[in-house]
Amino acid sequence: MKGWGAAARPSLDRLLVREKDNTAESELFFRRVLIMVCAVFVGLLAVSGRLVYLQVLNHDRFTTLSESNRVRIQPLPPTRGFIYDRRGVLLADNLASYHLEVTPDQTRDLEATLAAIKSRIALSEPDIDRFRKLARRTPPYTGVPLRFQLTSDEIALLAIDLYRMPGVDIKADLTRRYLVNALGVHAIGYVGRIDETEMAKLDPGQYSGSTHIGKTGVERSYEEVLRGRAGYEQVETNAEGRPLRVLSRTAPVPGQHLYLSLDMRLQAVAEKALEGHNGAIVAIDPRNGEVLALASQPIYDPNPFVNGIEFSAYRKLNTSKDRPLLNRALRGIYPPGSTIKPLMALAGLQYGTVTRGSGVFCAGVYRLPGASRKFRDWKRSGHGGVSLDRAISQSCDVYFYDLAVKLGIDRIKAFLDKFSMGRPTGIDLPGEKGALLPSPQWKRKVHKQDWFPGDTVSVGIGQGFFLATPLQLAHSTAVISQRGKVFQPRVVHATEDPGTRVRTLTEPRSAGTIEAKNPRFWDAIIGGMIHVVEGGTAHKVRTPRYRLAGKTGTAQVFTLGQNQSYNARRLAKHLLDHALFVAFAPVEDPRIAVAVIAENGGGGSATAAPIARKVLDAYLLDQYDEKLVGGLKPAPEVQRNGLE
Amino acid sequence: MDWNNGRRALQVIKLDWPLLLGLLAVSGLGLVVLYSAGQRNMDLVLGQAMRLGLGFAIMLTLAQLPPAHLRFWSPWLYLAGLLLLVAVMVVGDISKGAQRWLDLGVVRFQPSEIMKLAVPMMMAWFFAEKPLPPRWLPLLGGALITAIPFILIAEQPDLGTALVVGWSGAVALFLAGLNWFVIVGLGAVLAAVIPLFWTFVMHDYQRQRVLTFLDPESDPLGTGYHIIQSKIAIGSGGIYGKGWLNGTQSHLDFLPEGSTDFIFAAFSEEFGLIGGCVLLAMYFFIIARCLYMATRAADTYGRLLSGSLTLIFFIYAFVNSGMVSGLLPVVGLPLPLFSYGGTSLVTIMAGFGMLMSVHAHRRTLRR
Repeated sequence: MKGWGAAARPSLDRLLVREKDNTAESELFFRRVLIMVCAVFVGLLAVSGRLVYLQVLNHDRFTTLSESNRVRIQPLPPTRGFIYDRRGVLLADNLASYHLEVTPDQTRDLEATLAAIKSRIALSEPDIDRFRKLARRTPPYTGVPLRFQLTSDEIALLAIDLYRMPGVDIKADLTRRYLVNALGVHAIGYVGRIDETEMAKLDPGQYSGSTHIGKTGVERSYEEVLRGRAGYEQVETNAEGRPLRVLSRTAPVPGQHLYLSLDMRLQAVAEKALEGHNGAIVAIDPRNGEVLALASQPIYDPNPFVNGIEFSAYRKLNTSKDRPLLNRALRGIYPPGSTIKPLMALAGLQYGTVTRGSGVFCAGVYRLPGASRKFRDWKRSGHGGVSLDRAISQSCDVYFYDLAVKLGIDRIKAFLDKFSMGRPTGIDLPGEKGALLPSPQWKRKVHKQDWFPGDTVSVGIGQGFFLATPLQLAHSTAVISQRGKVFQPRVVHATEDPGTRVRTLTEPRSAGTIEAKNPRFWDAIIGGMIHVVEGGTAHKVRTPRYRLAGKTGTAQVFTLGQNQSYNARRLAKHLLDHALFVAFAPVEDPRIAVAVIAENGGGGSATAAPIARKVLDAYLLDQYDEKLVGGLKPAPEVQRNGLE
Repeated sequence: MDWNNGRRALQVIKLDWPLLLGLLAVSGLGLVVLYSAGQRNMDLVLGQAMRLGLGFAIMLTLAQLPPAHLRFWSPWLYLAGLLLLVAVMVVGDISKGAQRWLDLGVVRFQPSEIMKLAVPMMMAWFFAEKPLPPRWLPLLGGALITAIPFILIAEQPDLGTALVVGWSGAVALFLAGLNWFVIVGLGAVLAAVIPLFWTFVMHDYQRQRVLTFLDPESDPLGTGYHIIQSKIAIGSGGIYGKGWLNGTQSHLDFLPEGSTDFIFAAFSEEFGLIGGCVLLAMYFFIIARCLYMATRAADTYGRLLSGSLTLIFFIYAFVNSGMVSGLLPVVGLPLPLFSYGGTSLVTIMAGFGMLMSVHAHRRTLRR
């Protein structure tokens, strides 16, 4: 074997004239083994030393500990904070409930124990299956829940025989309850059982003893605040591990109560006004960014999710083509349509591509210079000569086609970005989408195509690739109403210590001010928006009781061929245009900004604007239908100071 | 049958009698302890005895294979092991929160277990014909052979097994004559990289996990509970122990996993410091005997394989006893031949079988 390979092929080894030398290697190995023997000896000696330390030097201490060692540490999960609305209406609390827990290690015979339980109370196959699955995944000395929501009869039946079944315990816990059911579910969210991916990221100490965690809505985004901190107690137990008495106790710190900025009466009005349509309504107090209503239709009841929704019910929700689980307010992305025109006009003024006085002649159609493709105005006959004010109030498309082309996509993107278009607003709810404010870079990356001038034309009227969420629309409308003052939207108004009931208001999160080069630019677009209602496309929602400014929008769901015409009666419902309306009021001192999207609702002025009026009326005139909001009374324990 | 006849008979079936004696002694003691630690459950003891029997049978079988066969199969076993590790990532079952098991319809097994044998075999195969001490390129090759399965297993995540596999490759490199400068250099690089990793790569929750891993007693609701209870059990045993079947901590259910990973605590409680030291001495005897056998092997393959397999056995014994006594962090490794449970027992006995095979074909000339 000697001289292997080295002579046969030119290798590094050959150059270095190295060959295998079994004797030398054997000696090298012997030396190395000697070192390892020493290492092994030292390692085992260290363990022996540790044994001496524990068994000789500290023997007395550990003997004492072992004699008194009937002590177990039991985690004490904290009580989850309640959720109230801004008036103190209780939305979510905890209900005492009992569940049956089995510790496999402590049972003498697990199968016999299960059979014994089954002979006393109802135990379904899915219950047993879930128990077995969980038991496989957890160490055998920890308790595993077998049945939830025991009735008092079942507790009585089990309690008398509990001493005969070691390892079986009835545990009290608190189950989340949503008192207003489906109302506001998209903002409140729900808690559910902790799943494996969540388990991997959790602090195991803090969650030992807890079975639930916030899954969506504020339940998720304020999980840390609502949950509190776990405590633990040392309990003396008998030989079977049953607690006899509590020796010491580190109390858990209960979670904080949350007061949402939502007014559930307004939420109810909004959800009711939208009934019959899929869509969303977001209402914001523009003076501080507080969300007053966040409706997304359809809605669903969160209560079944708390202890594991049945599979068939979940599948029904999940596969419904109306997608009730989708939070359209934050995650629904729609072409903003004409509602974007005031912002486009402001961009034009800011960059000097238009002035308040300059005009465009609208003949009902727009062509890019040197191109044959026609971009039509919604009004086939055209608007004639239009100024900026009339372009907004009459929603002239040709004006904004021209404006967008003059601005160019880069400047449009740079300016609209300040209003959170194309990026999340940063609301304190999970899962918000940024939607899409397109750019040439984006198009090359995603569509592998260059940006065409025609793409810019469509963006000018909020169509084409341009997409926005209802929240973004409400937010940008709020910013307009405050003439550039930006507040990050938020749904939590205050937190409250459950013991002292001391309330901490959350500070408005100011996100700076968007400066117009000339303050009168704001007057120009707000004036246009006032004229939308006073003589423009939304004149039907004008009211003598307060002044509102708004903008209608009608977003195309599908693209017409070049020479087709839109006929609502001939189209299936799911191809009908989306109806949009954004508004704020009162114009003198805006207290509410609202965005409405009714999917496939047809036209913005006919469908969306009246819905928005209902929300504005309720809020500004404090007029609520007693039948609708009668149950929404502030909880008696809530002190009213600081709440509306 | 006189003494010499007996020795000859053992030689015919390729068994090394001092090692066999050591293994029988430890596993016999293990069964006795298990009876007590397992709450006098005879089924548990019988089950473990069956596993031990299976282990010894596997050892006997593998001892009959000539080392040349082992060597031939080394790369194939290693490749198969790698493929299975990838398969487990894709379709593996999740048990106790980690993805380790592969369900083959009839049996479920952990491919990572194969690697405890395949990595030493592959390392020995790789260095068998290379001049030693290894040059840079072979060194890199050896490091890769170890690192790939190490990363795959650590990803599952199965820290204990990854540690064993990484250790087996590292000691193979060391035994192959790795230059001291390289050893010191690697140590220095590691010392420099860890703080960077800590600061820039890890998430807060991961850092928290590492901290509780290093100091389990700071987390009395989690792993700290095991260690606190285990130390009480050991410490209360004193010098002479409380006597067989008289341990209170393990019997009153305070000691979790008293018959599996924490059986050393149950043993120390009943048999005291003397019992503990005797057991450690028995482990030392087995390891020293195996290392001696390794130095007598005929070629590089035999030497490296034997050495690496032996030190795997050592790391089990050391990490487990160190963890249970609170000297080392909690890593889920069983005490070899002692802890109740099957998978790793079979692997360890297979390793002893290979050792005996190598030893049966040792150099006949004295060194």
